[in-house]
Amino acid sequence: MAETHSLQDLQQPAVSSKVFIQRDYSSGTICKFQTKFPSELESRMDKQQFEETMQTLNNLYAEAEKLGGKSYLEGCLACLTAYTVFLCMETHYEKVLKKIARYIKDQNEKIYAPRGLLLTDPIERGLRVVEITIFEDRSIGSGR
Amino acid sequence: FPPGKASMRECEYSQISTRSSTPMETPYKKRTPKRKKWEAFPGRNKFYCDGRIMMAKQTGVFYLTLVLILVTCGLFFTFDCPFLAQELTPIIPVLGGALFLFVLGTLLRTSFSDPGVLPRATPDEAADLERQIDVANGTTGYRPPPRTKEVVINGQTVKLKYCFTCKIFRPPRASHCSLCDNCVERFDHHCPWVGNCVGRRNYRFFYMFILSLSFLTIFIFAFVITHIILKYFKPAGCKWAVVVCFFSVWSIVGLSGFHTYLISSNQTTNEDIKGSWSSKRGKDNYNPYSSGNIFTNCCMALCGPLPPSLIDRRGFIEADAPQMAPPTNGITMYGATHSQQSHMAAATPLLQQQSSEPVIITSSPENGTSLPARASLTLGGPCTSLPLGQPTPPTSTPSLTLHHYLTPEEVPSPPGMLHCGSPLGHSHTVQASFYNPASQDSLHEDSVRGLVKLSSV
Repeated sequence: MAETHSLQDLQQPAVSSKVFIQRDYSSGTICKFQTKFPSELESRMDKQQFEETMQTLNNLYAEAEKLGGKSYLEGCLACLTAYTVFLCMETHYEKVLKKIARYIKDQNEKIYAPRGLLLTDPIERGLRVVEITIFEDRSIGSGR
Repeated sequence: FPPGKASMRECEYSQISTRSSTPMETPYKKRTPKRKKWEAFPGRNKFYCDGRIMMAKQTGVFYLTLVLILVTCGLFFTFDCPFLAQELTPIIPVLGGALFLFVLGTLLRTSFSDPGVLPRATPDEAADLERQIDVANGTTGYRPPPRTKEVVINGQTVKLKYCFTCKIFRPPRASHCSLCDNCVERFDHHCPWVGNCVGRRNYRFFYMFILSLSFLTIFIFAFVITHIILKYFKPAGCKWAVVVCFFSVWSIVGLSGFHTYLISSNQTTNEDIKGSWSSKRGKDNYNPYSSGNIFTNCCMALCGPLPPSLIDRRGFIEADAPQMAPPTNGITMYGATHSQQSHMAAATPLLQQQSSEPVIITSSPENGTSLPARASLTLGGPCTSLPLGQPTPPTSTPSLTLHHYLTPEEVPSPPGMLHCGSPLGHSHTVQASFYNPASQDSLHEDSVRGLVKLSSV
C-alpha cells in the first residue's frame, strides 16, 4: 500500500468534529449540563445511553455542590483553623471530582471509545462544556 | 541518525523523510522543556511560587494594606501590650495576637487565591459558538448585534452576555474584570486593597478578613484608649495606632456591615450597585439565587463547599492533540504554547487562546486549594520574589523584580513559527473587524471601575 500517511494518521484516527454540550442554567448557578441529545451523535450512539451518562454526571456535580451537614461541618472546621486545614485535607468537591474523572474514564472505555467517540472531562474545559470528540469512522461499510 | 532508528522508521512510514531534523517538525523530540499553564495564562495576573500564588497586576495598594496592618499591630504589641498585660490581664495580647494572625491569614488567602477565574474558550469551542450564533442571527455581517442568551432561573429571566475577550457566554453572576482581564464567577468586585478580584472562590475569605479586621481595629482602638486613659500624662507611643484605628473603624466596620447584608440576601456587590434585583426595577423583580432565608443564605456563602480552581495553573502545557479536519468557516491558529497577553490582542487576536487542550488529563499535583502554608509566606520562605514591605507605586509599569510572568516581549517565538504537528493547513478567521474587547466590554468596564472606586473609599 503505497500511501502517504502522516505520522498522526497512523497513530490515531483523525478527528472529524467536536460536539459541545453547554451548561444548563435553568436551576441557577449550580453545575448542570444540558441533557438534550445532539443531532451529530444520532448515527453513532443511543439516545438513552447518552442521556443516562449526562444525568449521572449532573447528579455527581450536584453531589459535589450539595449543601448539607457534611459540607457545613467542613466549612466551619476550615474557618476555625483559618483555612489551613485544606493544606492536608482534600475538599469535598475535589473528592467528587475524582469520582467524576473515574466515571468518565469508565464510560469512555465501555461505551464511547468502541463507537469512535471520546468524552472530555468538563473540568478540563473550566466546567463550561462537555466536549465530545467524534473520530472519523474507519469501519468498512456504512458509518455505524 | 543511528541506523536502528532509521530502519524502524522505514518499516512504518516508508514515505516520510527521516531527514527532518528541526525540532519544530518532529513532534516526538521535545527539545523545549514543558511549561506550566500559568506561564501562558492569558489574563493580566501575576503568579508566584510556580503558580501557587495568583494576584492582580497592580499590587501596590495590597502592600500598603499589609504595611498598615503590620505597623499598627506592631506598635500596639510593642507599646501597649506590656502595660496592659501587667495592669489588666495577659489575655489581652494573646487575644490580640490570635486576631492578628487570623486577619493576616484571611488577607493572604484572599489575595493569593484564584477568585474563580473562568478559563477562556478553546479554539474549537469558540468556533462552535460562533457557528451557532451565526445560524441564530442569520447574518455574518461585520457588526453583529450584542450577543445575549436568555435563561429562566427560578422563574426570573436572566440575560447571559457573550464575552468577546474570553469567547464564552458568561454564566449567570459572572462578570469580566477589566483590570485582570478575566471572567470571574460570581464576581463581587475588584479590590485593590487585597490586590485581587473577589469572586466565588475567595469571597468567604474576603468576608472573614474584613470581619476579623473590624474586630481587630475595634480591639486595638479600645485598648489603646484604655492605655491612654490609665496613663494620662505619659505619652504612649501609640498615637499613630489611635489615628489609624479611628479612621479604619468606621470604614471597615461599615464595609463589614454592608457585606453582611449582601451575604444574608445572597447578592454580589455588582448586583447591588446595579440594582439587578431591586424591586424598583419592576414589581416582579426578585433575586432568583436567594433561598429566602437569611440563615440559609449565610450558610451557603460561608460554609458551602469550596469550588476548585478551573484554571489548573500548575499543570503542564501539553502539545497538540489530534487536530480537527478543516471546517468550512476557517479555524483559529492552534498550538499557541506561546500565548500572547491580552493587550496584544489588538494585533493578534487569535493567538491569545491557550493551546487547544487534548483529551489527556494532565497530571498536575495542583488541586483546588492553592495556598502554601501561611507560615512559609513570611520573608525567607520559598517565595523570595515577594518583597514584602516594599510597596510599588500603583501607576508604574509592573516592576520587573516582581513577576515571573512572561510578558509578550520575552516570549521568544513570533506568531509565524508555531509547531503545529498537523499537516493540515490552518486559516485565520478574519475577526479583527469586530473584535474589540474594550468596547464590547465597556459596560462591564464602567461598572467594574465604579466598584473599584467604591471599595477604595
